[in-house]
Amino acid sequence: MAVGEGMAGGVPVRRRARPGPTEIAGLAMLVGLALLPLSGDLFYLSLFTRLMVLAIAAVSLNLILGYGGMISLGHAAFLGLGAYCVGISAHYGIYNGWVHLALAVGVCGLFALITGAISLRTRGVHFIMITMAFSQMVYFAFVSLEQYGGDDGLVIHSRSQFAPFGSLSSNYTLYYVVLIALTLSVFIVWRIVNSRFGMVIRGARSNSRRMRTIGHNTYLYQLACYVLAGIMCGIAGVLMANFSDFISPDLIEWVHSGELIFMVVLGGGGTLFGPLLGTALFMLLEEYLSRLWVYWQLPFGVLLILVVLYARGGIAGILSMERKRRE
Amino acid sequence: MDWGLLLIQVVNGLQLGVLLFLVASGLTLVFGIMDFLNLAHGALYMVGAFFCATFTLLTGSFVFGILLALPAVALVGLAVELIVARRLYQRDHLDQVLATFGLILVLDTLAHMIWGAQGMSVSLPEWLRGQIRLPGDVLLPAYRVAIVAIGLAVAAAMYWIVNRTRLGMLIRAGASNRTMVSALGVDIASLFTLVFAIGAVFAGLAGMMIAPITQASIGMGNNIIIVAFVVIVIGGLGSVKGAFVGAMLVGMIDTLGRSFLKDLFKLLMTEQNAETASPAIAAMLIYILMAIILVFRPQGLFGPNMR
Repeated sequence: MAVGEGMAGGVPVRRRARPGPTEIAGLAMLVGLALLPLSGDLFYLSLFTRLMVLAIAAVSLNLILGYGGMISLGHAAFLGLGAYCVGISAHYGIYNGWVHLALAVGVCGLFALITGAISLRTRGVHFIMITMAFSQMVYFAFVSLEQYGGDDGLVIHSRSQFAPFGSLSSNYTLYYVVLIALTLSVFIVWRIVNSRFGMVIRGARSNSRRMRTIGHNTYLYQLACYVLAGIMCGIAGVLMANFSDFISPDLIEWVHSGELIFMVVLGGGGTLFGPLLGTALFMLLEEYLSRLWVYWQLPFGVLLILVVLYARGGIAGILSMERKRRE
Repeated sequence: MDWGLLLIQVVNGLQLGVLLFLVASGLTLVFGIMDFLNLAHGALYMVGAFFCATFTLLTGSFVFGILLALPAVALVGLAVELIVARRLYQRDHLDQVLATFGLILVLDTLAHMIWGAQGMSVSLPEWLRGQIRLPGDVLLPAYRVAIVAIGLAVAAAMYWIVNRTRLGMLIRAGASNRTMVSALGVDIASLFTLVFAIGAVFAGLAGMMIAPITQASIGMGNNIIIVAFVVIVIGGLGSVKGAFVGAMLVGMIDTLGRSFLKDLFKLLMTEQNAETASPAIAAMLIYILMAIILVFRPQGLFGPNMR
């Protein structure tokens, strides 16, 4: 059970949530992100747009991985499916953003429902491998779809248009839309995990059998959670396609799913702002290490191993260490 | 129906099958005994291919190249086990996924530093380059037949080791009850190390054998590891027999699907639709197979019943 959560005689005790260091850091970061475009630096604008898009994906993964204990190694599939919803529509000359969004929600929701229904029949390592295999299936499907660019991908000539509000063609507009989407997704996850639904999801992570015994159909709860996370990540995919103006199957490769897990765990899985902080650290390290050394992935990989071996709980764990010691 | 083509594709399917078995068997053994999910297993396949390429270049002989590369891969496997893997056996699967993902980055980058980004090709000796002529004027590439033969021999040797030797007995005992085995005075840590190294050698051997066909390249392990997972999920985690059956099924279905699905689809739909749909469906076939098997047997064909 998460720290700060108490169960007295089966009745959830709601404590007035005191914002911990992780929450403060996360909120500060959101404020910082809102102010960043004022600097007028286009490089940082682009870097942080990408960072926030991936943060939405990480936030959605955190919902199933951090809170639900479902270790999906195929989450990038949803990012790719969402992006292809924009790309393929644009290929046929449809630039209506509402259509893109509706398609992404429908396609990702359906894909999550089908693959989730099969994957969630299994546990543990099986679940990891199966989610990975399904995402790889999507990857190979897009690689072989020659008319949508196959291996080479698709160039998107115009960004989504959200009539009557206008289009995402300005980088500043896109930046703020992504920021709002990110804030909303953090807010939605916060509401979900503190609801009755979220309690069942978290309960199923720590003791699935007990949750079933007290009468919850954990399978359906987990499936609903999986579909929800898939849809959220699909919307991140729509934004990703708009950001990069180009999509390719590369987006879906399982290595990127691994990176998403890394982002979540680096920040601290099962914490509200952990994925945001983790994504930021990951992306900035990647950006600056890769400038310093061609072989930057070597220290990166070593760091990853060290984090797992010695710094469990990620940034959130380190930030709240002092607090735990006091308690 | 072109029977010659069918036969060639069957050999190709068997070849993919035995290579997948070599990779998947190590993965499933390590998982069965140590409850350890090793994403970096595919990196050992790549390391095998590069060692083989280097030693073949140095000695001028493919056979010597393989003979030298085998112990070299075993050493890499030992190093990985001693430095990283053994600290992870007691951890949960998420930690294992992350740490071995980090290990992939490390091994891939090291390979990049040592061997460069280009990849290395391996040239075959003259006697393996030819074709085998079968009655009916069907020509089979000799090297592919050799891969199948070696792969089947290794599978047979493995069956013998697991079922007929003291080591195999310990492996099977370790898979069913680790604590009991160590309570009986078996040095379980060395057993783990040994099994890990054996798995590394098998994956490396698969990489060595594929190197002359595809060449050794960075990241080659990241593709095969997924298919090896599909194999293991189909066959049942921890079961070597399951890995063999799963590997053969996947190898055959993938190869035959890619070459004959188009003809099959042409019977059912317009030529143009068949041209577009069949490559995508063929690429998805093994995953669909996996999904179907999981619906009926979530533990895989030969997996132990799930608790």
